[in-house]
Amino acid sequence: MSQFSRITGFVRGAVAVAAALGVISSITSAPAAAAGGEPIHIDRQSWSFAGVRGKFDKDQLQRGFQVYQEVCAACHGLKRVYFRNLSEPGGPGFNAEAVKALAASWPNQIFDGPNEEGSIANRKGAIIKRPARLSDPILGPYDNDNQARAAQNGALPPDLSIITKARGVEYHGGVIGHIGYMMRDIVNGYQEGGADYMHALLTGYTKPPADFKLSDGMSYNKAFPGHQIAMTEPLSDGRVKYQNESVPRTVAQYSRDVTAFLAWAADPRLEERKSMGWIVMLYLLVTCVLLYAAKRKLWSSVH
Amino acid sequence: MAQHEDTYKPGSRLEQWLDERLPLTRMMHGQFVDFPTPRNLNYLWTFGGILTFCLVIQIVTGIVLAMHYVPSDKLAFDSIEHIRRDVNYGWLIRSVHAVGASMFFVAVYVHMARGLYYGSYKAPREVLWILGVIIYLLMMATGFLGYTLPWGQMSFWGVTVITNLFSSLDSIIPGLGTKIVTWLWGGYSVSGVTLNRFFSLHYLLPFVIVGVVALHVWALHVVGQNNPTGIDIKTKSDSVPMAPYAVMKDMFALFAFMLVFGWFVFYAPDYLGHADNYIEANPLVTPPHIVPEWYYLPFYAILRAVPSKLGGVALMFGSILVLLFLPWLDTSRVRSARYRPIFKWLLVLFFFSFLALGYLGSKPAEGVYVMWAQIFTTYYFLFFLVLMPIVGVLETPSPMPRSITESVLGEKAASSAMAAKH
Repeated sequence: MSQFSRITGFVRGAVAVAAALGVISSITSAPAAAAGGEPIHIDRQSWSFAGVRGKFDKDQLQRGFQVYQEVCAACHGLKRVYFRNLSEPGGPGFNAEAVKALAASWPNQIFDGPNEEGSIANRKGAIIKRPARLSDPILGPYDNDNQARAAQNGALPPDLSIITKARGVEYHGGVIGHIGYMMRDIVNGYQEGGADYMHALLTGYTKPPADFKLSDGMSYNKAFPGHQIAMTEPLSDGRVKYQNESVPRTVAQYSRDVTAFLAWAADPRLEERKSMGWIVMLYLLVTCVLLYAAKRKLWSSVH
Repeated sequence: MAQHEDTYKPGSRLEQWLDERLPLTRMMHGQFVDFPTPRNLNYLWTFGGILTFCLVIQIVTGIVLAMHYVPSDKLAFDSIEHIRRDVNYGWLIRSVHAVGASMFFVAVYVHMARGLYYGSYKAPREVLWILGVIIYLLMMATGFLGYTLPWGQMSFWGVTVITNLFSSLDSIIPGLGTKIVTWLWGGYSVSGVTLNRFFSLHYLLPFVIVGVVALHVWALHVVGQNNPTGIDIKTKSDSVPMAPYAVMKDMFALFAFMLVFGWFVFYAPDYLGHADNYIEANPLVTPPHIVPEWYYLPFYAILRAVPSKLGGVALMFGSILVLLFLPWLDTSRVRSARYRPIFKWLLVLFFFSFLALGYLGSKPAEGVYVMWAQIFTTYYFLFFLVLMPIVGVLETPSPMPRSITESVLGEKAASSAMAAKH
């Protein structure tokens, strides 16, 4: 085969692969956030953990945990994260002894019944619980969904362990733009739509438009699908006292920090994954080049 | 099996001993070393090997995942999170399996498109092609069953929507559809019972696929590979032995494919999935848009393009079953679309409408999307049922090379190569 036709043959193959990827990109429709109604635009943030070289910012995760602890934990659990995770590599990296103390003092204790008499309540009628240990999950304040709903005016505060994975941002544009958008995200390894949405939600509390009818006990939020959200505005400037005084105590900063923390909670293996990825990709690439060279040499007598 | 030279020589006394009793190594040598492959194959022919790799990867990762996964409606979702967080390299194994399903379908679509373009379904490869369609159907079933296992919102509602399709049979025989759906569910709604049986079948079907793949490869080795010219191998100079030539090329293509595969595994493992599937299944909350995995979207678009439910179901299954009849729907004596000036463009348009249907399948079934889905669905069937038979008769093929060798070396060199042989 002539050099030219070999190249065209390869290009044909490459085009086919690209076409196949085009299929994926053109049809993977991102999800959940907007349910009917007009499209809601969610701005992208520059997350330290986004993209192929993304890494969590330890200080940010620690601050984010502080926001979670002082604000979110009043209603939301984090049941898939264990106290021990807080001191593991790739995460906030708290001191192990400090985490042990934190677990022991965590207000939402671990169910420890039934006792030897078979009762799940103690003499005073309270459910039997014990302080948390490192191996225990980070629980929210409610024992079950019914209790949560009863306390929250019928609304259920979701567990936040995988919330940034469970939300996404939908693309609102034409077909061609959609393909470009998908391709860019694949090449950049960007899958942080859920974090973008969280940040938009936490900073999205505004006054409702004049003609908007808000139900009793609901708040207006420009990022939330339908704009009526049961959660009242959780953050306010100055609410959380960061140790580091150079970090702004603003809603935007709190929101970024707690979102980053939740992104870690949802994907605690992110750093391990991305750093291992380079080794694997490098190995594959080098092998690829060697194989191609060997293949060319082998086939040179056939073409 | 196709006749070709046997260069097998037992390398050791053990091999010789075995060769006299069960010539297994001789057969493998004949089929995977000496086997003649056309010398003009392009890289689209490497996807068969890539697909075998995908199947093995899915089975190996799947077996490991099954050691940690719990097929119960109460625990399935938790066990997936346990795998992601606490099982050693669980995040990697799960990502390879989930991304692997998508890569498997990328490869199978390229493989099928190649077969369509170069007429690989035509005589004498009809059985080979039909076995391929059966494998594709089994893959679709396996992928669907597998997607239910995480027991997220999309899992649950995907099962609900797809199994409910059978209830459309009620409009033929009242009660029949409902009976079938109840039987599939193992109850009166999608539940943990459904999940259990889906897990069982998801574990079974890949091994059925292995069996049909064995037949597919057997059939391939009887009739030999097609090639970009669609001309049969006539002389020895038309082919090269599979090893090392085709093997080397396949290895390179496989590693190039793994680069893409690896990219998704390490840098976008959730990209091909749906955010809603990170929400645990809840029978009381319906997601705003229920969307299947991307690889089903073209068929989902066909399903929803038809106003009647039964009609939609019939067309959706029909759109795959029609592939079984391609060898007889295509009336042209020329295999490769390269030499079919009209058919080539009709086929390109078909590929385009398939992609377009995929896009439309991801959109809500309303307004202009439905209209376009109807247009492309019409073309889908028009192409197979009307254009393919007619164009094959009417079209004048463009001039073809006389042999594979000529297509590679050009007319002059080929005749001198032939002369040298004689």
